[in-house]
Amino acid sequence: MHAVAADRVWKYFGDYPALRGASLEVEKGACLALLGRNGAGKTTLLRILANLSRPTKGAVTLLGISTHTEEARRRIGYLGHGIGVYDDLSAVENLILFGRLLGVENPAAVAARALDRVGLTRVKDGLAREFSRGMRQRLAVARAFLHEPELLLLDEPFTSLDDRAVAVLQTLLRDARSRGATIIMSTHQIREAMELASHVALLERGKIVFTGPQTTEMLLDPGWLYRTYGEPQA
Amino acid sequence: MRSGLIAALAIARKDLRTEIRTKESLTASLSFSLVILVLFSFAFDLGREELYAISGGLLWLVYSFAGALIVNRSFARELPNDCLDVLVSSPAPGWSICLGKTVAAFLLLVTVELITLPFFGLFYNIAWWHSAGTLLLVILLATWGIAVIGVSFSAVTVNVRLRELMLPVLLYPILIPLLVGAIGITTALFSEDPQMLSANGISLQLLIVFDIMYTALSLYMIEFILIV
Repeated sequence: MHAVAADRVWKYFGDYPALRGASLEVEKGACLALLGRNGAGKTTLLRILANLSRPTKGAVTLLGISTHTEEARRRIGYLGHGIGVYDDLSAVENLILFGRLLGVENPAAVAARALDRVGLTRVKDGLAREFSRGMRQRLAVARAFLHEPELLLLDEPFTSLDDRAVAVLQTLLRDARSRGATIIMSTHQIREAMELASHVALLERGKIVFTGPQTTEMLLDPGWLYRTYGEPQA
Repeated sequence: MRSGLIAALAIARKDLRTEIRTKESLTASLSFSLVILVLFSFAFDLGREELYAISGGLLWLVYSFAGALIVNRSFARELPNDCLDVLVSSPAPGWSICLGKTVAAFLLLVTVELITLPFFGLFYNIAWWHSAGTLLLVILLATWGIAVIGVSFSAVTVNVRLRELMLPVLLYPILIPLLVGAIGITTALFSEDPQMLSANGISLQLLIVFDIMYTALSLYMIEFILIV
């Protein structure tokens, strides 16, 4: 059983097809770097996988079940473009709230552990809006990893992170991989992604044009994949 | 079902906690209600009977304006930092998000209404306390209707640029039957006219029917509204 199976997924915004029959299969425990230029459809595909958007055509299953089910959503950790935390709640209140929504047992203890992992225990009672940008990003990372999800969907997770937040995220991603979680991350930071990725997929104008294991060529020359499988730039 | 109710409670507590800290919609709604009451008291020079005849309409006009201001923030407060995405992608079912937000909006609106009511009595010299029990029941029933429909339309308009304008435009036509019922029975209660009260007895049942209908529809539809 695949962790993620997207079968000929189409998504229209008005007349514009953001996805044009994108198909993707990701094995359990894999870490997939979803690459593609701006407007290729990475965010749209991730939003469909996270049940934030419905495909116009096609089917998606996560861990063998439909994305619409509560069971599938319980097993997902999603980190989108926004940090997804409430400015007027404290760090610990934010995490306890999300713990309750995720149905974790003893949300207060889970929140305390998550804050410790991202180095925010000292400021746990501070309101999120009073945090620096880096601290807010670490809080967002703690939120996404709170329930140790089986599937992590990360939309450009390294974008505008400070050094400490990058280190925290990389540690958490490695931990997630070691416990067998599946990771899909869209990214433009190819070097950071390649350090973690076991597989790579390239999206071009709404279509997956390449999927496969990560290779040495990709590590040594991040532009190789675009030159080999991508459409030439106008 | 149990996890959905826990999630609804968590969302309601979160909304109330953030509102108590920011006082965004509470302050706006309360001050707007009081200003309208003062303005109307200057605008109309009515005799005793005429005043009692329009008293229910006047009160519910103020309450429905206040309600639009409260429910408008329901989903709008999820926009900063893309919190709505996190809420929708969480295992909390759509109905529990709607229920939690409705409970929070209902409590905030009831608070505004109960604070405004004595001022209404004061400005218009209307003895509302004679039938305070039944009036409270009418307020609770009609406010739940405003909150549950308002929260659903708040979800519809959350990504619309002119949502402050769009929400009342969509909301008020749907609320007409509920408001007509509430106005009828409130006017009858203020007038203390037994004939009018018995004629409006059915309005209370109508409010209950509308509340059940609106609640069921909103809780069912919300998932289709939030995930497009």
